[in-house]
Order: sequence, then C-alpha cells, then structure tokens
Amino acid sequence: MTDLTNLTLADARDGLAKGDYTSVELTEAHIASMAAQRKLNAYITETPEQALEMAKASDTKRAKGEAGKMEGLPIAIKDLFCTENVQTTAASHILEGFIPQYESTVTANLFGNGAVMLGKTNLDEFAMGSSNMTSYYGNVINPWKGKDGKDLVPGGSSGGSAAAVAGRMALAATGTDTGGSIRQPAAYCGIVGLKPTYGRCSRWGVVAFASSLDQAGPMTRTVRDAAIMLGAMAGHDAKDSTSAPMAVPDFEAALSGDIRGMKIGIPKEYRVDGMPDEIARLWDDGVAMLRDAGADVVDITLPHTKYALPTYYIVAPAEASSNLARYDGVRFGQRVMEDGDSLDDMYMKTRAAGFGKEVQRRIMIGTYVLSAGYYDAYYNKALKVRRRIYEDFANAFGTVDAVLTPTAPSAAFAVGENSDDPVKMYLNDVFTVPASLAGLPGLSVPTGLSDNGLPLGLQLIGKPFDEETVIRIGGVLETAAGFDAKPAGLEG
Amino acid sequence: MSSLDKETVRKIAFLSRIKVSEEELGELAGDLTRILDFIEELQEVDVEGAAPLTSVADLTLPLRKDEVTDGNIQQKVLANAPKTDAGCFVVPKVIE
Amino acid sequence: MTYILEGSTGPWEIVVGLEVHCQIIAHSKLFSGASAQFGSEANNNVSLVDAAMPGMLPVINAECVRQAVKTGLGLKAKINHESVFSRKNYFYADLPQGYQISQFDKPIVGEGTIILDMPDGSTKAVGIERLHLEQDAGKSMHDQDPKYSHIDLNRSGVALMEIVSMPDIRSPEEAGAYLTKMRAIVRYLGTCDGNMNEGSMRCDANVSVRRAGAEFGTRCEIKNVNSIRFVMQAIEIEAMRQIEVIEGGGEIIQETRLFDPKLGETRSMRSKEMAHDYRYFPDPDLLPLVFDEAFVSEIEKTLPELPDEKKARFMREYGLSAYDAGVLVAEQEKAVFYERVAKGRDGKMAANWVITNLFGALNKLGVDVSESPVTAENLGKLIGLIGDDTISGRIAKDVFEIMIETGKDPEAIVEEKGLKQITDTGAIETAIDEVIAANPDKVEEIREGKDRMLGWFVGQVMKSTGGKANPAMVNKMLRDKILG
Ligand SMILES: [Mg+2]
Ligand SMILES: [Zn+2]
Repeated sequence: MTDLTNLTLADARDGLAKGDYTSVELTEAHIASMAAQRKLNAYITETPEQALEMAKASDTKRAKGEAGKMEGLPIAIKDLFCTENVQTTAASHILEGFIPQYESTVTANLFGNGAVMLGKTNLDEFAMGSSNMTSYYGNVINPWKGKDGKDLVPGGSSGGSAAAVAGRMALAATGTDTGGSIRQPAAYCGIVGLKPTYGRCSRWGVVAFASSLDQAGPMTRTVRDAAIMLGAMAGHDAKDSTSAPMAVPDFEAALSGDIRGMKIGIPKEYRVDGMPDEIARLWDDGVAMLRDAGADVVDITLPHTKYALPTYYIVAPAEASSNLARYDGVRFGQRVMEDGDSLDDMYMKTRAAGFGKEVQRRIMIGTYVLSAGYYDAYYNKALKVRRRIYEDFANAFGTVDAVLTPTAPSAAFAVGENSDDPVKMYLNDVFTVPASLAGLPGLSVPTGLSDNGLPLGLQLIGKPFDEETVIRIGGVLETAAGFDAKPAGLEG
Repeated sequence: MSSLDKETVRKIAFLSRIKVSEEELGELAGDLTRILDFIEELQEVDVEGAAPLTSVADLTLPLRKDEVTDGNIQQKVLANAPKTDAGCFVVPKVIE
Repeated sequence: MTYILEGSTGPWEIVVGLEVHCQIIAHSKLFSGASAQFGSEANNNVSLVDAAMPGMLPVINAECVRQAVKTGLGLKAKINHESVFSRKNYFYADLPQGYQISQFDKPIVGEGTIILDMPDGSTKAVGIERLHLEQDAGKSMHDQDPKYSHIDLNRSGVALMEIVSMPDIRSPEEAGAYLTKMRAIVRYLGTCDGNMNEGSMRCDANVSVRRAGAEFGTRCEIKNVNSIRFVMQAIEIEAMRQIEVIEGGGEIIQETRLFDPKLGETRSMRSKEMAHDYRYFPDPDLLPLVFDEAFVSEIEKTLPELPDEKKARFMREYGLSAYDAGVLVAEQEKAVFYERVAKGRDGKMAANWVITNLFGALNKLGVDVSESPVTAENLGKLIGLIGDDTISGRIAKDVFEIMIETGKDPEAIVEEKGLKQITDTGAIETAIDEVIAANPDKVEEIREGKDRMLGWFVGQVMKSTGGKANPAMVNKMLRDKILG
C-alpha cells in the first residue's frame, strides 16, 4: 500500500489543494490497490478507465480554480446506487447486466462535487443481510484477520464498501443503511460509518429495500471524513417526496472537540443478556472517555428496545415484498422462460432464479404479514410498536443530546458462521435497528479491539437532523480512543 | 400459533410470484415459521392509543407543478428490456 | 317508478352500484412529469418513474389533487383534508411497479350525492360513497403476435379518479341517468372529458338482485363496460342471469364478469380470481396528502354553475318545464347555446326551437351543437322575426330549413326570398276579394251556417299570397267580409 492510499479524505483533499499530487496520481494508486486485493471481492464492478477520465477532468477543473467539496477524491460506490451507464446489480442475479440510464441523486451530488468513482462495491443482495454472504457475486472477505487467521465477514449490507475503505481500496465509500447496514459493517471493519437522519440524503436512484427506512450515508476512516462526505451527499431533492427540505449545514465545522456540559444517555435496555464482556468493556470505556471530556453521562430508558428487531423484521420485509415486485423480467434485468410459458410462469421462474434464498424468504414473509387476515396482527401492530419506539427516543431526547451504545453485539465473525438460521443472523442488528425505526442519525466509531484483535465500534445516536452533535461527540470519542490499528498487511 | 403449513407457503409463494419446488416447500415452511416465531414477540406489547407510524418524515406530501418535464425517452425506457418489438415491451401472450 | 324483473317465481328488484374511473384532465401524469396525452408513439410518454426503474420515486401532481377536490365539490361531497396513498399489490403485464398507487381507507373525497334526471322529468338522489385518486395501468396489445403480447406504458401513471356510488341504483335507466349526469358534471367542471368510447371514462357495475324489501343479494362486478348503452344492457342481462340461477336453485358467487355486447351475455373472468389479495398498505414513498380549508376554498371559487343549479335557474328565469330544462343543461354547450338564443326573447319559444327544431335537425345531420350550421345569434334572430310579426311561424320553418342548409342569416333569407309577412290590409283585401269572387257557392254555404268553410277560405288566401299574409288578419277580414 502506498502513502497515497493511506491518506484520510481530509488530508487528500488538502494535499490536492496544495498540489502535492494530482487526482490522477491518487486515483492510480487506488486502482492498483483495488486490483491487488481482488481476492477480498470488495467490488462487483471496477471502473478504472472511467475513474481515470474523471480524475483527469478533475485535475483540469482544479487548474481552472473550480474545485468542489470532494474534488479529485477517489471513492467507491455501493452497488445499490444507480450509476448512469455503469452496471448496477444490487448484488442480485436478477439485475445482472442492468445499465441504468440515470444517475442517483446522491452519486450525482458527489460527482458534482468532484468525487471520482473507482467502482461499485459488493453488498448483501438487495441490501438484505448483515454479513455480505447473500451477494450473488460472492461474499466479501474482511481485510481484518483474527488470531486464528480465518476469513471473516465484513458485516453487511454495505460490506464491500466497508472492506474497500478499511483495505485502502478507496478513500471513502457510500453506504446505505436500512437496519444497520452502514454502522454494523463499519464496526466490523474498523472504520467510521454514519447513517444520517431519514430524509437527509435523497433516495432517488437508490435501489429500494425498505422505503421508510433506507438512508444513504458515508463510510470513511475518520469522523472528519464522514462530515466532509455527508456534506457532499446530502440535500433536499424534489424528486424524493420524503426528502427533507432543509439546508445542509457545514458538518465539518461541528468538529469543535468540545463536548463539555453535553448530556449523553446510556440506555439500560441495550445491556442485553449474554452481552460479551469485551463489548461491555468497550462501552464502559466509551462512557469514561466522554466523562473525561466533560460530558454529563446519564442513564436513560428506552423501554421498547427489545421489540425493535421483531418490528423491523415485519416492516422491512413488508415494504420489500412490494418494492421488489418490479423485478419481473419485463423491462430490465434477467428473464427466465421457456417456450409456451404463461406470463405467470415467466414471473415465477424469473424471480425464483433471479433472487437468492434470503431475498425470497423476506419477500414471502413480507407478503404474508400484509396478506388478508394478517395485516392487523402483524403489519399494523408493528407500525404501532414502531410508534412506541419512536416515542421512547423522543422522550429520551427531552433530556439528553445523544445516546451512546455499542454498534454491534460482537466483532466480525467467520465466513459461514450464523448462516444456518436466518433469525440468528438478524441479531447482529440488535443495536442499530432501533435508531433506524425512529429515523435518527447514527454514527459508528471504532474505539477498540476485541480479545481476538478485531475492531469494535461504539454508536452515537442523535436527534432528528442533528448529525452535527453526533459528529462532534464522535470526534471527541475518536480522539480519546486513539484507534490506530490497521488490518493485517496494511500495518507498514 | 404461527406455524406455516405447506399449503400456506404455496399460496404465499404464488402471491410473491416465486416458483418453489415441492422439495423446497418444506424447508421454506420451516424457515418462515422460525421467522414468524421471532416476530410473534410483538403480540405482547400494549399499543393502546398508539397511532401506526408509517413514516418518520415529519412532513406532508410535497406537490409538484403540472408540467411536462419528462418522457420522450423511449430508447432509455427500452434500453434494458429483455425483449422488445415496435417500441413495446414483449411478454408471453396474456389471455384475458 | 319501480323497475321490476318478473321471474318464474315472482318479481325481483335489482340493486346496482357503479364504479366510474375518470381520467383527470392534466398536462402530466399523477406521479411523474411525462405527458398524460394519448395517441403518441408507443412508450414515448413514459418516464423512468412510469417504467418503474429501480430507485425511481413518485412525486404528486398538484393539478390532479385540485381536480379531484373540484370534482368532489361538484358532487357535494365531503373533502378530506388528510388522505393517504396506498399500494395495491398485484402482478400484471401492464402494471410496471407490481402495484398500483391508489387510495384505500383514507380517500381524498368522502360521501356525496348525485341527482339523476329521469326521462319522465322526475329526479332521484344517488349516494356517492367516495372518490379517490389512483394511477392508470399501461396497455397490453394481443394482436401483434401469435405468441406474445406487446406492452405500451404511455397510459401507465396517468391520473384517474375512481368514483364509487352507493348501491342506490335500481334500474338500467337509473344507471344510464347516473352515468349521463356524472359525465355532465365532470365535463362542466373540466376535470374529465367524459369520453367513454376513448376510455377516458370507464365503468364497472356491481349488480345483485333481491325480492322487494329483502336484504341485498350477492353481487357480481361487471368490468370495464365502454358505453352507457352497454352498461344498461349489461345490468339487465346480468340481473336476468342471476334470477335464473337463483330460481333454478343455484347460488350467486361473488366474482368479476365481463360483458360481451355481441353475444349479449356476461361471463366469468376466472383469470382475475386466482388470488384476490391486494395487500394494501400505505405507500412509504409518499406522505399523507394534507391541505387546508384555504386550498379548498380557492378551488371552490373556480366552480362553474353546475347542471342542477342551471336547471333550476332555467325553470325559474325562462319558465321552462323540468324536462326541457333537463335536456338543455345535459351538456354545457347546449345550455350555453340555449341561453344565447333565449336572452331577451320568449324563453319557452326559444326552448322549443332549440330542442325540437335545432336538436332534431342536428341529430339528422349527426353533428354536435358545437358544429351546428345555425349559430345561436341567427336562431335568436329567427325567433325575433316571428316575435315582431315579420314572418309567420310557418314561414319560419321554411327559413330554418334554409338556415340549416346554408348557415345564412334569417333576415337575409327573408329579404332575398321576399318572405316578409303581408300586413298591408289593401293587399290582403285584394286577395280575399279574388277568392270570394271565384267561389260564390262556398260563400253561400258559410252564410247558411257552415262555419268551418271559413278555414278553407283562409287556406286559399294564404296560398294565393305564398303563405306570407298574416293569418290572423286574413281570418278577421274574411269573417268581416262574408259574415259582417
Ligand atoms: Mg374498483
Ligand atoms: Zn380503480
């Protein structure tokens, strides 16, 4: 790995501004790193030629004095964002070969701000998963290794993005988070992941999983980088009716380093039965760091926490069952049919062959909970519990500025583990799902290592549209933790 | 309470338009039953007086001006279609 | 007037509710900026949203909301200041999203009323249950290829209002009157062009039968009937079928049926029955549609005078019968035409001329009032000429014939053809004297008491003056001369 791939987004930005190197040089270094680490399978589609063209154009733009917020910075894009003329698969076979004729708003914002796209990163199929094991294009391997040297999952669903950033195959990457898909893989890969408030980033052009939960956000190596990138992604979009008509603040300016007098809540319900000691210790350490920095850490209660996962596993599949109905083999993507097949035959064969097992399971669960006779018992009930969870947070935020919890209940696990039982896999999202249901901003910051030498993260949850507070506190936590471990092979 | 039999799974699979073989049906019924057992926990929550929360966006629906700003992109619309003819998408014959 | 179908076991009453889909008049679609116009090349008026490309999102058209509210106001219905869009999930070739965005438990418009104008001049109120907004589907074409269907999405996403009536309709005639009135209202409002044969207004009929006063029977839904006449036929045929089934000891199953006007029968659409589970749920891509009273009152200000009000005013201002007023307000163009004819003239006479003579003639020509060769101004002038005794009513009919043929000004025609009524006593006297001189025997008969011979003399005088003599004057002068 070269020095250029070890830069933070902020340093690279400043180095480009000073003329220490060009965007083409930065991009070439990342293209080389991407090629060298193909075995990790972080990318589904690499776009080196396009990256170099964008980098060249960026250098020219800079020479004319027209540098944007992310001018010349090479990043990776989760393959859930539709990118014009570049294959977009959502890691599904059903979208293999799909070439969008449009650019998602978030990627358009990033490219408009000068960012350079290196390629499209791997993910769980349709973002449904917490391990990246459900991708049709093969699983992603976490750049980190435990003491036993086994291949580990990067988390999911934005596992390719997390692996690319941790493995220095991109300065930063976009992720999307529905129930934890930015924060959990960030924690598993020792990077920073920020899920903004629902409505902060446009969903237009992002392949939908669960519309009321999906939110795009940055995956970076520092909190500052997350602030920079969020500023370049976010903004009101008239094409998304759920996009918030709000100005984008200067998130980087929130990094004052001063959290004296801020009130931070510790929800007792997150101290779940069987929480591993190393996670409990990580959390306690985080509390101590914030106290030392002058924050007022208080106990709070979020009584409906234990119902968040079941609620999520009704709401998200229900929406998904409908959102994924458009993959029918008619207008785009794969089609499977034989001579003499009826329309229904074609639908059924196409969708059976095009969707993987986990996606099929979720579509069917979603179909079931919405079907006649079950709507009230499952779906509508879940929406009511969701209201309770939302109210829990609203009550807590009456007294605290942010909430601190672990990001995930464990460190990254081995490839193949937990895959025998879908429900076991769902438990990975136990700490991230509540904030998703409430639409709140959540930031995962790496603050320590597990006994096995793997990164662990803490999560900060903020008030709606108060990303600035979680960024400020996250910055303090980051400095205090001084997390500087790197994946194996990157130490030098 | 929430054990799914093969018949129900067959019906859900058809509503979902996913072809499931006879052998897969049993395994799927097991998987889906496990998931249903997991979400069953919600039944114990008291939601008296709680309005269903369908969106966290604290907004009302934004209205668009009635202007023709889109369309006239037949090529883009058809670009990814598995089969087209005479500007149309083509599907197996539909009997009405 | 109760409509009864006589079965083999006794009389049956029919119960009908109608669901009418009206295409909203707007430039662009309900949730996308593509043109809502028809007749374009296939898939040309289609956006990536209409084609349901991955990641595409709906944004609602304000005009469609206004049009729905306007229609709701026209139906004297409750306007819901908060309504919700839901997804109706089903797979179909012309439904790209795999769901239709519609409104389910919270429609934009609630209960209202529509007044039917029956042919005998009576009226009947039918309840409106709801009006909701939804997307249209695309079009499947099956004749292009033996093995495949072609899909054109130009219509996909076009805004529809679905207007659902209460089951208050009791005869095919009432169903016809309902649709006629609905069409008139949306046309007056400018919210839908109401063309059933072009599909911009489509009707589904829910039909059941029962013994008078009994509970509602099981209903069948007859889908997509495309003319008022066919709706009326379909209802009668379906009701007869149901009666036969029940009287034969069978049971009606709730199902969707298709009307075949050629065979004169309805038949089951089993294909649509496979799995009827639409799994409605609130569309998470759209937030609740909320507007305030000011939004509604702005729309209220733009409401035109609607058929019912216009009818009442015509009866009041022009002294018309309910029937005549009803005929005239049935279409806005007709009403406007009539008022231009009637302004400042005898309203009843104007109504007679417009309804009997003009509409009769237009009917023969097969043209609309908007294409009438006789303008309202000219018809008004013609009535004026009768009123001021320039021509007689009989001559007026001849002049009208010429107007229909040539479109000419009646004054010019009268001038040109010398049709002015003779009111000069000298000229009439000369003509009378000639007839008397030529028929002394007949004069004698009258004097002997055969009064009705007088009519024959009037006819002769009229004939000799080419019909131009003022008939009243002829009558009086003849009487004076022969009997006086
Ligand atoms: Mg209907
Ligand atoms: Zn409808």
